[in-house]
Amino acid sequence: MLGKLSWDAIPFNEPLPLLSGAVVGIVILAILVTVTVKGWWPYLWREWLTSVDHKRIGVMYITLGLIMLLRGFSDAIMMRTQQAIAVGDAQGYLPPEHYDQVFSAHGTIMIFFVAMPLVIGLMNFAVPLQLGVRDVAFPTLNSVSLWLTATGALLVNMSLVIGVFSRASWWGYPPLSGLAYSPDVGVDYYLWSLQISGIGTLLTGINFVTTILKLRAPGMTYFRMPVFCWTALAANLLIVAAFPVLTATFVMLLLDRYLDMHFFTNDLGGNQMMYANLFWAWGHPEVYILVLPAFGVFSEVAATFSGKGLFSYRSMVWATLGICILSFMVWLHHFFTMGAGADVNAVFGIMSSIIAVPTGVKVFNWLFTMFRGRIVFKTPALWLVGFMVTFVIGGLTGVLLAVPPVDFVLHNSAFLVAHFHNVIIGGVVFGALAGITYWFPKAFGFTLDERWGQAAFWCWLIGFWLAFTPLYALGLMGMTRRLQHIADPSWQPLLLVAEVGAVVIFAGILCQIAQLYVSIRTREHRLDLTGDPWNGRTLEWSTSSPPPAYNFAMLPKVETIDAFWHMKRTGRAPVEPVYEPIEIPRNSPAGFITAFFAVVMGFSLIWHIWWLAILGFLTAATVVLIAGWNIDREHEISAAEVAQMERAR
Amino acid sequence: MAIATIDRAPTAVPTELARGRGGGGPASKRIVVAYGFWIFILGDMVMFSALFAAFAVLRGNTAGGPTGAELFNLRNVFIETMCLLLSSYTCGLGALSAERRHPGRFLMFAAVTFVLGAAFLVIEATEFAGMVAKGAGPSRSAFLSAFFTLVGTHGVHVAGGLIALIYLAAQVIAKGLQAAVLRRLLCWSLFWHALDIVWVGVFTLVYLMGAP
Amino acid sequence: MSDRLFEDRTPGVEEHEPTASYLSYTVGLVLAILATIVSFVVAQTNLLWPPGIPVGLIVLAFAQIGVHLVFFLHLGTGPDSTNNILALAFGVLIVFLVITGSVWIIANLNSNMMPMTAQ
Repeated sequence: MLGKLSWDAIPFNEPLPLLSGAVVGIVILAILVTVTVKGWWPYLWREWLTSVDHKRIGVMYITLGLIMLLRGFSDAIMMRTQQAIAVGDAQGYLPPEHYDQVFSAHGTIMIFFVAMPLVIGLMNFAVPLQLGVRDVAFPTLNSVSLWLTATGALLVNMSLVIGVFSRASWWGYPPLSGLAYSPDVGVDYYLWSLQISGIGTLLTGINFVTTILKLRAPGMTYFRMPVFCWTALAANLLIVAAFPVLTATFVMLLLDRYLDMHFFTNDLGGNQMMYANLFWAWGHPEVYILVLPAFGVFSEVAATFSGKGLFSYRSMVWATLGICILSFMVWLHHFFTMGAGADVNAVFGIMSSIIAVPTGVKVFNWLFTMFRGRIVFKTPALWLVGFMVTFVIGGLTGVLLAVPPVDFVLHNSAFLVAHFHNVIIGGVVFGALAGITYWFPKAFGFTLDERWGQAAFWCWLIGFWLAFTPLYALGLMGMTRRLQHIADPSWQPLLLVAEVGAVVIFAGILCQIAQLYVSIRTREHRLDLTGDPWNGRTLEWSTSSPPPAYNFAMLPKVETIDAFWHMKRTGRAPVEPVYEPIEIPRNSPAGFITAFFAVVMGFSLIWHIWWLAILGFLTAATVVLIAGWNIDREHEISAAEVAQMERAR
Repeated sequence: MAIATIDRAPTAVPTELARGRGGGGPASKRIVVAYGFWIFILGDMVMFSALFAAFAVLRGNTAGGPTGAELFNLRNVFIETMCLLLSSYTCGLGALSAERRHPGRFLMFAAVTFVLGAAFLVIEATEFAGMVAKGAGPSRSAFLSAFFTLVGTHGVHVAGGLIALIYLAAQVIAKGLQAAVLRRLLCWSLFWHALDIVWVGVFTLVYLMGAP
Repeated sequence: MSDRLFEDRTPGVEEHEPTASYLSYTVGLVLAILATIVSFVVAQTNLLWPPGIPVGLIVLAFAQIGVHLVFFLHLGTGPDSTNNILALAFGVLIVFLVITGSVWIIANLNSNMMPMTAQ
């Protein structure tokens, strides 16, 4: 009746997950009760849950990412603590079967439910505004993407209290992830939550490629687009190119697990290396999907906070496209040591080194943008400088690892762990935090508190280097990744330093929570009344903060790069605008309802509750068909209403 | 109406800013929807390419079980191919009828397309059932797992397309050939032609190269 | 708004001349049937030098796919089709990299595996 689900699934005899699950459950309950008692459901439903407005969807993505950052970070600090104390005879507090779930969950959550939502959220918010248009190409689909991502996050977190999570790392290599060695539901949680959110991501990719290529303000030719939009285009092209590979790979592993197939089994002809090969064919483009928009954010920040146009716009664009194409030609460097011959390793090693070149071009462009500029060291500019130092060093260690003989020593060592955290934190996280600080006033109408922002930055920067420099050293000394117990006591001092670093990062996160609280409480002092708090260069700063639902009453006519800067310099003609009626898409519950059925289906497939899975699927299909029957999905704002809203700006 | 309005007549936009160069402003809904669907199709092709890659790698891993040469009936494959190809043709003729606002003719071509697609599925299902009955099901070997998954995924896409065709035909009957319905038909025919393209890959790489 | 100078074309949108369109689909069908028949014949007889059969089949497959793209999906070479062609080229590149990359890599890995005693 309930498949594999029984009361045994709840970890009554394991204090840690039980306690943390209980705390989270109580917090969620408290939130739901508060919302109900205060009568906020109609507002939430109308303005947020069924919204198809890219600005709202962007804010929700970022909210999801930041909340999941807390979960992923708690996994991190659990691992750091275990490694700091479980040395020699000491066994620590986290037994191996839990430690394995923790590092698997940490990676899965940080990549799929922190980094991706943050980056996609920023693109959602900023790209249509920067392009001078009213929304993305497919607003309802955008909402579906958001809620499918949230579904994946929910499923992963459910594994904390109902069942177990995967112990096979965030990659899920077979045979460990196959049915023979992971018969429990952990890997199924992993696979279904990522398949479901992967569909959402793929739809985002389609949405943004179409938006950027087909929906831009009049006069905005390709080479007048802001660089953030170019990086968004490259990242979304990579999503469309890479995520289907992941989908197919997970389908094959799921078929092995559910229908006794033999893609990756030990017996009857399976080939496990095929999984690794296909996984990384997705996995490498994935990290560029994450970092390219971060590069874009920094391009915008560098130009705005230096008071200068971006140095060499064209080379920036070509470098971005070069990285996009090259990122699909390097994936074997994730498994140099897995038996390929020297010829294959050499080709991919050389390609991996070559991809550093366009990245270097970008770094030089940012530097030259800042050179002889009038630099305003507000928080986003601090993140920029922190990024340039941190990311470059991380990139250098990457080029080092790209040399196959070096990788033979350092593959899967703590050195590697330090490298990828170096580029992901230094690149993606710093970029996301810079972008959030940069566009926050546009979204909410007031800037964030500067002092707490700067404090957070310094904690993150110092904390990062304290946490990961020891790992570089430990990797060279022979420490591998994912160790639950440390045999060599001489490693302990370094691990303790790393633990301190993690605590400092935690202080940074606390600073950011404080920043949010203080900023909201004292927002009257930092209102953004002009819509242009940073003296920006691109079109989003020409709207009010926050912009009206339709973004632009009249689409701007673009004549140059940095269209808004040009408009400010040449002045706008004081002509009484002629307003026309604007069509905007209606809200739609499609996203939320799809997600609901995705949760039901995902959960029932994980626990082998077949009747519920089939029921969920049929209901979802019926809902889609019924919803699709209605082809009138827009409503019109009359010219008079538009005029009224514009006058109120 | 397009999503956005522009406050200058398009003919006033200089030639170098025409949409081909990117400066003509937001494209019409038909273009946007068709292009978005085209990108989706390309993504779907990438997914199939991963399944093709898996098949290519695993085709020799028969684990002592039956090989393609022993299992494949090329005469049936030829009939399937012709069914799908002809259905692509009738799909195209149906699209033309729809463009020219002839709902009756469109529905006739849609019906023929449906029958041909269904015939394809019946032959394929019979082939699969026969293989399973012989003990050559997907759990017999890696080769068979890859075969059933690749060809089966294509079949699932065909089945989904046929269900969608019924749905869209119902919309045509109920709402007529309005712009929104036409856009969906355009997407459907893109999808159907893409499935035939994938089938060209399947019958070449799986059946013809596996048989002799 | 139907000024052709400003309208992109999408794959699948056909010319506005009646005979040309029916012609396009019919020519495409005939060519595709031809390519299919030749493929089946090549695969099952010795018309083509046997070691060259896989190459021949692949060439015929590409030709038939090309026929589909041009005659059924109306992918052209005009400036209005640039976006579609670029997207297609990108897709083709990725498909090529995934398939040939995987086949090359796995073949290389397999060749370095120790011999197995039983399968």
